[in-house]
Amino acid sequence: MPRDSLITSEDDIDVGLDLAGEDEVFSSNEGHERERHRGKRRDGDGEKKKRKKRRRKGAHRAEEGEDEVQTRHERREREKRRRAKNDQEAKGRERDEEERVQTTSGKVAKTKKNIRNENTRRRVEEEEVEVEERLEKRKKKHGSAKKEEKKEDEGKQMVKEKEREVKKKKHKKVVETSSEQETSEEEDDKEEDSKDEEMRPECLTPEELEKLKEAVDERKKLIQSLRGKPWPMKKKLVTLRESQEFVEKYEGALGKGKGRKLYAYKVMMTKKWMKFQRDFENFKTACIPWEMKIKEIESHFGSSVASYFIFLRWMYGINMILFGLTFGLVMVPEALMGRPYGSMPRKTVPRSEETSAMDFAVLWDFGGYAQYSVLFYGFYNNQRAIGWLKFRMPLSYFLVGVGTVAYSYMVVIRTMARNANESGVGDDNSFNFSWKMFTSWDYLIGNPETADNKFASITTSFKEAILEEQESHKDDNIHLTRFLRVLANFLVLCCLAGSGYLIYFVVRRSQKFALDGLENHTWWERNEVNMVMSLLGMFCPMLFDVISTLENYHPRVALQWQLGRIFALFLGNLYTFIIALMDEINLKREEEKIVKFNITTWEASLYNGTISENSTAPSITINPADVPRGPCWETMVGQEFVRLIISDTMTTYITLLIGDFLRAVLVRFLNYCWCWDLEAGFPSYSEFDVSGNVLGLIFNQGMIWMGAFYAPCLPALNVLRLHVSMYLQCWAVMCCNVPQERVFKASGSNNFYMAMLLVILFLSTLPAIYTIVTIPPSFDCGPFSGKNRMFDVIHETLESDFPAWFSKVFSYASNPGLVLPFILLMVLAIYYLQSTSKSYRQANVELKKKLQTQNEENKKKNKRAALKAQMDLEEARKAASQAAEEQKNNNASLQGQEADEEENYVSSHRLYHGKNGRNPPPMNGDRQLLASRAPGPRTYHHGNHGASGYLPGFSEPRMCRVPSLQRH
Amino acid sequence: MGNKQTIFTDEQLDAYQDCTFFTRKEILRLHGRYHELAPHLVPMDYTNEPDCKLPLALIVNMPELKENPFRNRIVESFSEDGMGNLSFNEFVDMFSVLSEMAPRELKAIYAFKIYDFNVDNYLCKEDLEKTLNKLTKEELTPEEVQLVCEKAIEEADLDGDNKLSFADFENMITRAPDFLRVVFHQREELFWHLLQDCCSITPPAASYCSYCRTAPPSGDPAPTHPLSLPHTPPSLRQQKKTTSPMLQLR
Repeated sequence: MPRDSLITSEDDIDVGLDLAGEDEVFSSNEGHERERHRGKRRDGDGEKKKRKKRRRKGAHRAEEGEDEVQTRHERREREKRRRAKNDQEAKGRERDEEERVQTTSGKVAKTKKNIRNENTRRRVEEEEVEVEERLEKRKKKHGSAKKEEKKEDEGKQMVKEKEREVKKKKHKKVVETSSEQETSEEEDDKEEDSKDEEMRPECLTPEELEKLKEAVDERKKLIQSLRGKPWPMKKKLVTLRESQEFVEKYEGALGKGKGRKLYAYKVMMTKKWMKFQRDFENFKTACIPWEMKIKEIESHFGSSVASYFIFLRWMYGINMILFGLTFGLVMVPEALMGRPYGSMPRKTVPRSEETSAMDFAVLWDFGGYAQYSVLFYGFYNNQRAIGWLKFRMPLSYFLVGVGTVAYSYMVVIRTMARNANESGVGDDNSFNFSWKMFTSWDYLIGNPETADNKFASITTSFKEAILEEQESHKDDNIHLTRFLRVLANFLVLCCLAGSGYLIYFVVRRSQKFALDGLENHTWWERNEVNMVMSLLGMFCPMLFDVISTLENYHPRVALQWQLGRIFALFLGNLYTFIIALMDEINLKREEEKIVKFNITTWEASLYNGTISENSTAPSITINPADVPRGPCWETMVGQEFVRLIISDTMTTYITLLIGDFLRAVLVRFLNYCWCWDLEAGFPSYSEFDVSGNVLGLIFNQGMIWMGAFYAPCLPALNVLRLHVSMYLQCWAVMCCNVPQERVFKASGSNNFYMAMLLVILFLSTLPAIYTIVTIPPSFDCGPFSGKNRMFDVIHETLESDFPAWFSKVFSYASNPGLVLPFILLMVLAIYYLQSTSKSYRQANVELKKKLQTQNEENKKKNKRAALKAQMDLEEARKAASQAAEEQKNNNASLQGQEADEEENYVSSHRLYHGKNGRNPPPMNGDRQLLASRAPGPRTYHHGNHGASGYLPGFSEPRMCRVPSLQRH
Repeated sequence: MGNKQTIFTDEQLDAYQDCTFFTRKEILRLHGRYHELAPHLVPMDYTNEPDCKLPLALIVNMPELKENPFRNRIVESFSEDGMGNLSFNEFVDMFSVLSEMAPRELKAIYAFKIYDFNVDNYLCKEDLEKTLNKLTKEELTPEEVQLVCEKAIEEADLDGDNKLSFADFENMITRAPDFLRVVFHQREELFWHLLQDCCSITPPAASYCSYCRTAPPSGDPAPTHPLSLPHTPPSLRQQKKTTSPMLQLR
């Protein structure tokens, strides 16, 4: 399309040219007139010029002023007519001009000389000198800077002159005068232009103004779009200069120049804004961490492995924000402004645990001092406002808990929508190979190592594409595959059921142990549930992997199946864990009731005791460590989650170190002294397990969401864990894993991860919300102690911190009569949107299909046309060659005939040859022959000539005689 | 290069800004880069538009282009003579088109030129083969190359002449999802480089880009700028080369 744009832009310029040409023509005419006048004057009274100049001008104006407009109009008319080649008018005009030229041209030359002479002779005539100077200056400045001229008229003249030069051609064409006249005119114009500024915008007719305006706008547009034009810089610069001059000149004439300052300001601001945007964009891209690491991995291991790391980085980002929320709004305020450690029973380690509170084993289990700190729910006080800021701690705690979940929902859904959008645009696979070929190089690469990696990754991607292409053509024994797939699914189901039963069994057993009391059991018995879950999580995926080889799916599909299965497994594990936890919560609540009762009796006995001893001393100071307290189930839940996260992290890291690193080291170094090839044979190096890692990440996140309400430290822990695993896994992948044998592109799986994350998010918020809403908080720990339900904090805030009308409005709004219709409305809206989106999608798909078929049809049509054209061409060529041969034969035969009848016609023939010097065209020769010789017995030859003219046996022997004939 | 007025007049700078996607500063930086490619050839004073051109070999060695498999083609297609000799105007033009601000259409036009190795205004099979071999460092087998080229032509060729005209190419490339995002952009790299130049004030350091110079033989650690995060210093790079593939051999 570059040519098109080029042409149109040239057209634009042409419009301008026309206009300018017209202007210029009549201005030059005027110039003639002036020149004539002036010439006369100069001849007549040379010396008075200086003094009279101003007056003369005025006189000119006075003289011509009135009829000038008229004449101008007339001339314009004439111009038009001439352009239409109206001869009469043109002649009249010509005459007119010729007359003038006759009168002037000689004079002009003289006057010019005169001026110079005068100049040298009489320096007194400053005016003339000035003119000369201007002329000179202009000539000099022609190429270089021109903006130095501040005076408007000068600028205008400049512009005009330039334009004139550009349009000279046009001018020449239009005004058909001799070249001498032209040059003289040119001279005239220059001199004239420098003297006065006759072009007044007021003199322009409205339509002309309109035209001018259009032209100016065109030019402006041109300037705007110049940077996007595919021209070489030189051309751009020239065009720019021209159009800038044009705009500058005529914009002033249009009166638009008044807003120039504002315009310039606007332009500057837009430029600044663009710059800022770009800088910000650059900054943003520079802020994305681990980009190079991931790129490196991508280039070595393909996009599927990289997609895991990208997902990890995304998770890291989310966790950073969750961490910021909990840390900034809950933990820090409590630590800074809340009551210090040891001031209350809930903030003190109880006496019985004091001895072991600093032990590492206890701290590792998040007991002891860790338990009685801001890390857990129980440490927070139920004081409504803390510190000099009057920070509403309980409210903040509640809102942060809700906010983290809400934020996570928002982010996940938004990302999913964006991904869907992207894939909706990009899933068009019609140009797979061409895109790969033309768009795969990353032009940003400036690092030799990255470039190497990029080469590697491009090669891989091509191999992937070829593989996929071949895959799509492959078909195997369908029945066998089906059977194997059913079998595989059956085996997987068995595995899942088995692991479910195992967990159920273990949980039941652990409950029994818990009833017995944990102290009299071994370490294994105490940690049985966790360990079994971790082991199952470790080995079941391997089993699934083995089973999935039966299925013979495409790797991408296989990955999704694998993910689904592991997901089911993990989900089962998680829910059994939650159920166990619920049981424990119930146990604790029972215990709490007992403690509560005990405490009242304890207090009563305490007071009774004191009363009996000393009736007037109620202020007995009891060390908070000694006060009996409830079990605080919330802290227990938090602790459980923290422990789970820790053990999960540890298993991940240890598997990484043992399963990947140690294996790699062993394989690498034992290979020197082993009986079979370890590297190529059985143990080999491990491949990076994308599905398992992704699921681990997702479930880990689910646990964070579940437990973050009861343990505000969880996001912080998770950030730490993700940060470490980013580096550790990057390192492990680069140093001990081998690329998958079948590298494939993970294009669609990103949203698959997201979908799983969403499901997990939903499933993990369910129990959290359930506990928050239904179970009353413990009576002596946490920010909501003493309330009936945790969300009562909202009511409290509404009642005490907001004006009365607000709570009234709120209570009205929360009336079921209002809420139910609202929910109904929302459901309806969702339904409506859902159906519209579905119909849109359908339309989209249909359109795409239509496009594709049309494309194919076009292709076919084109191909057919091309084929036909080719055949036509071939035929034509054949015909042409035939014709050529025919001609040759014709000639030959003709000449043969001629040779036959040499004696008779030789003279005439020679005459012809002598004239032409070569063979006559056959028709001519024919005619000539026909004319010259008698229609004898050989006429049938001529008749044959017209039809086919091919006389094989006849012409051959005579061919050789032709040259001899010509040689005559 | 503190004194701007000696390099360009204000008008020239304005004109360049109107003709390219660069700001004043960036144009000056580009001139700096151009100058430092051949300090003895390129004058510092550009006010009278000197006519000087740099050969392809010099330009191709710029860090921005050095690793690009199509570097020769890029430079050639921006040069007026088609041989790769670039005047400053063309040099600026090249980076303007390669900058992220340039619109898709413009990039498509020049991309076509770049991939058109034999300058016949069509991308024929030989062009594609060359492109592919440059992209993969000739690691694909000839059969694979053949297959890919055939496929690519089959996909994008709308008029059935077994080669891609610009219309075909544009139709294909404008639908590519990541053409604008990744490809054909000299985004951070160039601008970081440019920034670097601006930061290095002392003349000896300014004579070449400070963070892409290779480690001097004396082993003095190359000064890494805080902004050059994605680039590993050469010393590390050396070390990595030896260690990272340790266990990956098969």
